[in-house]
Amino acid sequence: MAAAKKKANVSGDELLEYYREMLLIRRFEEKAGQLYGMGQIGGFCHLYIGQEAVVVGLEAAAKEGDSRLTSYRDHAHMLACGMDPKGVMAELTGRKDGLSKGKGGSMHMFSKEERFYGGHGIVAAQVPIGAGLALANQYKGEDTVSFTYFGDGAANQGQVYESFNMAALWKLPVIFVIENNHYAMGTSQERSASTPDFYTRGEAFGIAGAAVDGMDVLAVKAAGELAVKHCREGNGPYVLEVKTYRYRGHSMSDPAKYRTREEVQKVKDNQDPIDMVKEMILQGKHATVDDLKSIDKEIKKTVQESADFAVASPEPDVSELYTDILV
Amino acid sequence: MAIQILMPALSPTMEEGTLAKWTVKEGDSVESGQIIAEIETDKATMEFEAIDEGVIGKLVVAEGTENVAVNSVIAVLLEDGEDASAVENASAAPASEATVTDTTPAAPIQKTAEVGFEDIPDGTTFTSTTVREALRDAMAEEMRSNENVFLMGEEVAEYQGAYKVSQGLLDEFGKKRVIDTPITEHGFAGIAVGAAFGGLNPIVEFMTFNFAMQAMDQIINSAAKTLYMSGGQMGAPMVFRGPNGAAARVGAQHSQCYAAWYAHIPGLKVVMPYSAADAKGLLKSAIRDPNPVIFLENEMLYGRSFDVPDLEDFTVPIGKAKIWREGNDVTLVSFGIGMQYALEAAEKLADEGISAEVIDLRSIRPIDYDTVINSVKKTNRCVTIEEGFPVASIGNHLSATIMERAFDYLDAPVINCTGKDVPMPYAANLEKLALVTTAEVIDAVKQVTYR
Repeated sequence: MAAAKKKANVSGDELLEYYREMLLIRRFEEKAGQLYGMGQIGGFCHLYIGQEAVVVGLEAAAKEGDSRLTSYRDHAHMLACGMDPKGVMAELTGRKDGLSKGKGGSMHMFSKEERFYGGHGIVAAQVPIGAGLALANQYKGEDTVSFTYFGDGAANQGQVYESFNMAALWKLPVIFVIENNHYAMGTSQERSASTPDFYTRGEAFGIAGAAVDGMDVLAVKAAGELAVKHCREGNGPYVLEVKTYRYRGHSMSDPAKYRTREEVQKVKDNQDPIDMVKEMILQGKHATVDDLKSIDKEIKKTVQESADFAVASPEPDVSELYTDILV
Repeated sequence: MAIQILMPALSPTMEEGTLAKWTVKEGDSVESGQIIAEIETDKATMEFEAIDEGVIGKLVVAEGTENVAVNSVIAVLLEDGEDASAVENASAAPASEATVTDTTPAAPIQKTAEVGFEDIPDGTTFTSTTVREALRDAMAEEMRSNENVFLMGEEVAEYQGAYKVSQGLLDEFGKKRVIDTPITEHGFAGIAVGAAFGGLNPIVEFMTFNFAMQAMDQIINSAAKTLYMSGGQMGAPMVFRGPNGAAARVGAQHSQCYAAWYAHIPGLKVVMPYSAADAKGLLKSAIRDPNPVIFLENEMLYGRSFDVPDLEDFTVPIGKAKIWREGNDVTLVSFGIGMQYALEAAEKLADEGISAEVIDLRSIRPIDYDTVINSVKKTNRCVTIEEGFPVASIGNHLSATIMERAFDYLDAPVINCTGKDVPMPYAANLEKLALVTTAEVIDAVKQVTYR
């Protein structure tokens, strides 16, 4: 694999930061799963557990002004780019204080401030939109890039290749991040993709690509930095395949019978992204076990507060039914 | 026997064209297949080849002549052994009514405010302008005043527009702002939505709205719904425009009217102008609107001229109907090319002593219900006219609204004149039957007026 093997130079502070961010995502998602079970969250709810290193690693390679957008598995992307966990959770519960006033739900949240452009419920619809954000960046003469996340399932949609073509043709500064968790809902990669290497999918359009171990946050960051450099220097788009794994089902209602418990357990035991960073921190003596415990406690508190907030927030006023349809 | 060379039809909707240039002169020998002229259609300048060989006996129509009707004699070709005397007979019939180009632009017409132009200051002059030019002018004006407005679509730049609507824009604004896309509707519609999210104001030209079906997901799910789903944080300030509805003889896949489809969607605005003034004024409003606007044009209307007011910044508000003709006996409601049948019917009905009020909705979403209801309260009768399919048509929706809001005023059921419930046939006779006609409108009016 044309992977970026080189790991990013990293300080203890950075490692602790990634640990904290990944842990926040995991605990947040666990809490969301719990609230779903309690009937506080309805509809679809797609959890990111297992994939934390992808978005945390790439956010570490981003700079102010970069834009990002993703599919319906979007809670982590929002947390990682700095959106308020309370607002995200309150949107999951469909309440007034949710980021979309309760009108978007799990799959549809946005933040102009953090340049987070959704939250898209239609598989791959975010891909041309991400290229369009890059077009806007280029048009305005900014050196910002668009992180356009999509999964291995979305990678088989036609509009992805329409976007590849135009992005290459117009040298748009867009990083197509393929989060390959190996299952398009219940269909394994082997049963849905004609070739195994998604990072080569841009080759026909002359788009450079690389694959990286998405369970290793430092490798992801390093690969992200290469991709970002490529885009910022005006070389057009880049395809970054990040090989990852989701521990939970596709959504809360997916029993995940298409894979064995052993398969999942093996990844958890040997490749868990948070354990990996934890080990590096302890081995490098960047923090003690007790230090990490207090971080865990702090994160738990943040998540619990977001849940309490999300449950306490009232449902949106009925007058909101007819607002925000047109400007 | 000398051969008549006739003005060719070079596009589905071409009825006349400009004989831009002769590439041969009288007395020249020509081979079959040799290019003898350049002819400008409503879409492009085309080379015209000789079908037969011979000597050019006479160029009947001079270079630069505009409005040369299809099938009129433009030249006479002499066959072997014929002399100039053969020209006389051949060029006699059927005579062309073409006129030589008048290069001076039509003088502005002084007009007093008329129906539908109430908002225009007294003394405003008007210039006869085609719908095509009006659309281009609207885009150019808005692009001049707002750096973030840009046009993208198939053939909009170097080709100057598949229907020449974007003619000249590339020259003025450059390729950054007039972008030729590959043939990839779903993809470029999505890219435009992203650009709109990112703070730009894209105008997306679809070569026809039939092709926009490929992009439907991006238009509906991404452009129309995001404002709501984001709780008002973020929307798509953009315009999707292009020809919609039947052209002529292009068959089922290229002849559909999508007015009712888009009208169905909360989060969109939908406009469908008839006249050039409305095309211009509404397109300028659409470009400025912070919402996604579906702007439905019509190929048959592109070449038609209407008076457009000579105002520096002429806009028409979205959501306001226009009364083209006042009347007392029946209300005719239409939009887009349907207006042609409504106005023709009203003219003929007037001869029979029936006074029809004709309303052009102009906007399909939001609809100006009040103008329609107030008119029906006056006339007590209503006929709607549109080119789209009958089931779940705009007319159906208006009928329901009139029933709810003016039931007691109705003296007859509302009749909807629509296109027929069939895919558009190719055969000329069947196509005519599939479209709504002036005669059908007149019949409907007679039914609701019990005459």
